[in-house]
Amino acid sequence: MQKSLHIDPGKCTGCLQCEMACSYDNTGTFNPSRSYIKVFTFHDEGRFAPYTCTQCDEAWCMHACPVDAISVDLATGAKIISDDKCVGCKVCTIACPFGTVNYSQATGKVVKCDLCGGDPECAKACPTGAITYIDADWTGYDRMMASAAKSLPSAEATH
Amino acid sequence: MSWTRKILRVNLSKGSCTPEPLNMEWAMEYLGQRGLASKYLSEEVDPTCDALGPDNKLIMATGPLTGTSASTAGRYSVICKSPLTGAIAASNSGGFFGPEMKFAGWDMIIFEGKSEKPVYLLIQDDQVELRSAEDIWGKSAWETDDILHATHQDPQMRIAIIGRTAEAGCLYAGIINDRHRAAGRSGVGTVMASKNLKAVAIRGTGGIGNLEDADKFFEAVDAGKKVLADGAVTGQGLPTYGTQVLMNVINGVGGLPAHNMRDVGFDGAGDISAEAMAEPRKSDGKPNLVTGAGCFACTIACGRISTIDKTHFSVKDKPQYHGASGGLEYEAAWALGADTGVSDLDALTYVNFLCNEDGFDPISFGATVAAAMEMFQDGDLTTKDTGGIELKFGSAEALVAITELLVTGEGFAKDLGMGSKRLCDKYKRPELSMTVKSQEFPAYDPRGIQGMGLGYATSNRGACHLRGYTVASEVLGIPVKTEMNDAEGKPELVKAFQDATALVDSAGLCIFTTFAWGMDDIAPQIDAACEGDWSVEGCLEVGERIWNMERIFNQAAGFTADDDKLPKRMLKEAIKSGPTKGQVSRLGEMLPKYYEIRGWNPKGEVTAETRERLSL
Amino acid sequence: MQHIIIGAGPAGVIAAETLRKCDPAASVTIIGDEPEPPYSRMAIPYYLSDNIDEAGSYLRDPSTHYSKYSIELVQERVEKVDSKAKQVTLSDSSTRNYDKLLLATGSRAISPPIPGLDLPQVHSCWTLVDARHIIELAKPGANVVLIGAGFIGCIILEALVKRKIKLTVVETGNRMVPRMLNDKAGGLLKQWCIDKGIDVHTSCSVESVKAADNGEVQVSLSDGSKLPAALVITATGVKPNIEMLEGTDIKLDLGVLVNHSMQTSNSDVYAAGDVAQGIDFSTGNFEVQAIQPTAADHGRIAALNMAGNITEHHGTLNMNILDTLGLVSCSFGLWMGVDGGEQAELYNPGEFQYINLQFDGDCLVGASTIGKTQHIGVLRGLIESRINLGHWKERLLKDPTCIMEAYIASTQELGYS
Repeated sequence: MQKSLHIDPGKCTGCLQCEMACSYDNTGTFNPSRSYIKVFTFHDEGRFAPYTCTQCDEAWCMHACPVDAISVDLATGAKIISDDKCVGCKVCTIACPFGTVNYSQATGKVVKCDLCGGDPECAKACPTGAITYIDADWTGYDRMMASAAKSLPSAEATH
Repeated sequence: MSWTRKILRVNLSKGSCTPEPLNMEWAMEYLGQRGLASKYLSEEVDPTCDALGPDNKLIMATGPLTGTSASTAGRYSVICKSPLTGAIAASNSGGFFGPEMKFAGWDMIIFEGKSEKPVYLLIQDDQVELRSAEDIWGKSAWETDDILHATHQDPQMRIAIIGRTAEAGCLYAGIINDRHRAAGRSGVGTVMASKNLKAVAIRGTGGIGNLEDADKFFEAVDAGKKVLADGAVTGQGLPTYGTQVLMNVINGVGGLPAHNMRDVGFDGAGDISAEAMAEPRKSDGKPNLVTGAGCFACTIACGRISTIDKTHFSVKDKPQYHGASGGLEYEAAWALGADTGVSDLDALTYVNFLCNEDGFDPISFGATVAAAMEMFQDGDLTTKDTGGIELKFGSAEALVAITELLVTGEGFAKDLGMGSKRLCDKYKRPELSMTVKSQEFPAYDPRGIQGMGLGYATSNRGACHLRGYTVASEVLGIPVKTEMNDAEGKPELVKAFQDATALVDSAGLCIFTTFAWGMDDIAPQIDAACEGDWSVEGCLEVGERIWNMERIFNQAAGFTADDDKLPKRMLKEAIKSGPTKGQVSRLGEMLPKYYEIRGWNPKGEVTAETRERLSL
Repeated sequence: MQHIIIGAGPAGVIAAETLRKCDPAASVTIIGDEPEPPYSRMAIPYYLSDNIDEAGSYLRDPSTHYSKYSIELVQERVEKVDSKAKQVTLSDSSTRNYDKLLLATGSRAISPPIPGLDLPQVHSCWTLVDARHIIELAKPGANVVLIGAGFIGCIILEALVKRKIKLTVVETGNRMVPRMLNDKAGGLLKQWCIDKGIDVHTSCSVESVKAADNGEVQVSLSDGSKLPAALVITATGVKPNIEMLEGTDIKLDLGVLVNHSMQTSNSDVYAAGDVAQGIDFSTGNFEVQAIQPTAADHGRIAALNMAGNITEHHGTLNMNILDTLGLVSCSFGLWMGVDGGEQAELYNPGEFQYINLQFDGDCLVGASTIGKTQHIGVLRGLIESRINLGHWKERLLKDPTCIMEAYIASTQELGYS
């Protein structure tokens, strides 16, 4: 059973432990600015929403990459960036309609969530269970993903 | 080491920004944040200087753990000489500003001198610049926050800002960051305003990665998080109810002062408690509380995000207050509510929003209003003085009106902005000011809870619960239960709490962790992150050193044993009813013993031996 | 089933892969006329700046990928398409029959009618062959004149500067990338380049290029300047490669006209990528976009239809992202706005920051930014999903930086009412 990140904004307190865990795993520093998961604050609503790549089936980023630098990790389903191949052209960053592939000034490459090879640090670090890594079919996350993606016309084309 | 080892010195008179290395010798003796910045202040500032003059300095400082994944490691402190007390001020704030300072590569920022014109400091990693703040001077902290985020097109920028009360000279104005986090007490915002410094906006992208022993660090941090999660207060009480969990508890044990501390016990406590905040409102079926919120790295998340009933008189025609924002903490609910006799939760939430929006300390403000209310009741103040406001205990309308007046800085706001000590002096009722060293009491009655009385009297920044929270022991039984009304053993308890708190405040951690953590939990986290020896004993010695250093600063500023005293009401007027009926503060019994175990002489002066023992 | 794909760029390769996935038994052939394995033009600037070698521009690993998926690669030029006979004729005079044909012939650089552009010191920057010429002539210290500050011109700027040449840019428009950025944004980009030591002439054209005595050339500009140059690069636009289709029943306009299935007027012929005049998401009109993501979309959708999986194309969003000496700019959709629409704008020239959002009613229809690298893809999401932003539009009008928040709040369950 493939797993996916399940995010429950109602449980998030905005503490950014996920961002620290992610950035530490990726850069060896506590550095939210380089985290692949990002907590967005909805001040007026009193909500915090952790947000990262949904590893969508459409994989706009992967298809838009001109140099074949994005591939699917068959074990996890994650779309992963090969630093060796990425030239930093950023086309994937505008192709991803979820805004979850980003250019890193520090590395000159693009970066995105790779599910940590199947053991996501963010989920482990979350103190409230707002981020969990569970079997994909009962996460409801697919539905969320679909509701966001459905409205995208080019998504329909591939279903 | 988890220091960045870099500090930024900003001379506002010259308009210069100069990096310099952190004094690592001092860091080994004072750790960081409150302790280390106080050391810098002690070395660089004449304690007798005018707190609002150019010779005072304002230091924003992080601790070595600030910005790491240790639970609650998001704190920073603002250190200066206080204009409210004349003593050393160290105000601590959470949110996300402190970590951002570290991520930008700075342990500390020292502001000196005074800018000719309003400015704000912009920090983008090692790019540092003073910018004109003439367009934002006169704006609230919230407006300024919006404007600077838009100007720099960066929603992730973290900004510490003074509001209009600081600009107007209110002596208990704080510094707001992340909209509802505050370096709140002792008027540190007023000092910032006196320097014509409106805001400090930071974006840091460098991160923190220089842990001394990363494996050990994660081990200690994970263990610490587990202790917090398993603790009754840190794992259940605070996450569920916030600090407001205390309202009914403290009222129940006879420790909740009311009506300018004339009474103990407040009938309306239930109406303004955490439980009430979670109760759906009649009008719209929604509770006051929207969610709990954590500061950076905090696994407790005691913060409250609240809304006000849109139909409530305070916000009916003010849609800008219809969204969620920082809700009531216990101290604010007490000062704005119980102490003024107001039990209207929506009104208190609105006033609390205004405290955040314009950056003023709800404790000092509420307590000052309470003193004014008592004088109004006694006829010392009339509507002529108050600009027409019927300043009666229990009047939510009066509270709202007087708060809106304070923000304008006009008329009676000038009196209110001086704090309760100066207000009561001016209207010739000095005995009605519930202050120590001119700073207002927080929400625990020193007659009911003896240790807190000694704590207030000896606090280096004036009356405060955050210099040594003996309530933990005296009410909650953490780490061990002591009797509220016992005077015996309290000097030792107070000293232990004061020293431990000084250490926690210097590490980058939040004091609320100590509802579950002992120094056994804390020291290993510091030790793994930092170079040097940070054993439990070493940490406690650093805490004691910091406490004594602050005391020495205050002595040099002219404070004596005569300032370690409580208002007569606490010593002479016995509690009239409830579980603590008949009690007064037994400060006189506790203070000499306290001096003795501190290693101070009977005049409360730090002795030469003690200085030597602590390398001061 | 015999599928032939003309063109070995991204549209062609992605189409071939999609065909293979949908129809494992079919024969799939890519015919390309360039001497290299299928590569991506998008990678050329990074080759120019020595960031990658030539192989780094290849779309897939040529040694294994195509054989693994049984995709036949033919290196020949297609001279003629006979859509009645369902046959293509190659430059070696051989012919190939097809059941379904995909035209993914791409586009080529065009030169303006300026005298002297045929000199050996003048090159476009479109193919790997061009890139080799440029590398040869752009020696450190050399004077280089770049004609055209459009998308391609700007994207190779950095590569040229990294070669330590002395660069002059000449653009007929009044700003840089006039077809991607408005006055303010294009002006910022110009100022940025000037600050980086580039000589930028806007509202200016090249009148002639003449051979000089020293083996270099002299470039005369309309503002009277005369510039010596060891290398002149033309980056003045591209046009679709449609010549081989003349005389067929395949309808042409600016490019090859296609319907919602990427099918041309001949039902067995499809077109994709730069050559296809497909539906533009924003306008609903049929337009040539010539951008990588569109090529990828086209290739995939055309292939699905060729394989019999009827898939409707709703249009691709025109969008571009450009990194000019470290300053990232991008634009999406109707960045210039629509009649009667509102706009949100933040302009911070001191910091080279800009964001402009264009609304049609409550929907975002276009955007452009300068100096933004985080979460910008969500602009595509907001535009393509035609999300009715409701009160988030008011927030965006006040603070256009909160695009992610607007998107998340509009599409996800946040757990509050």
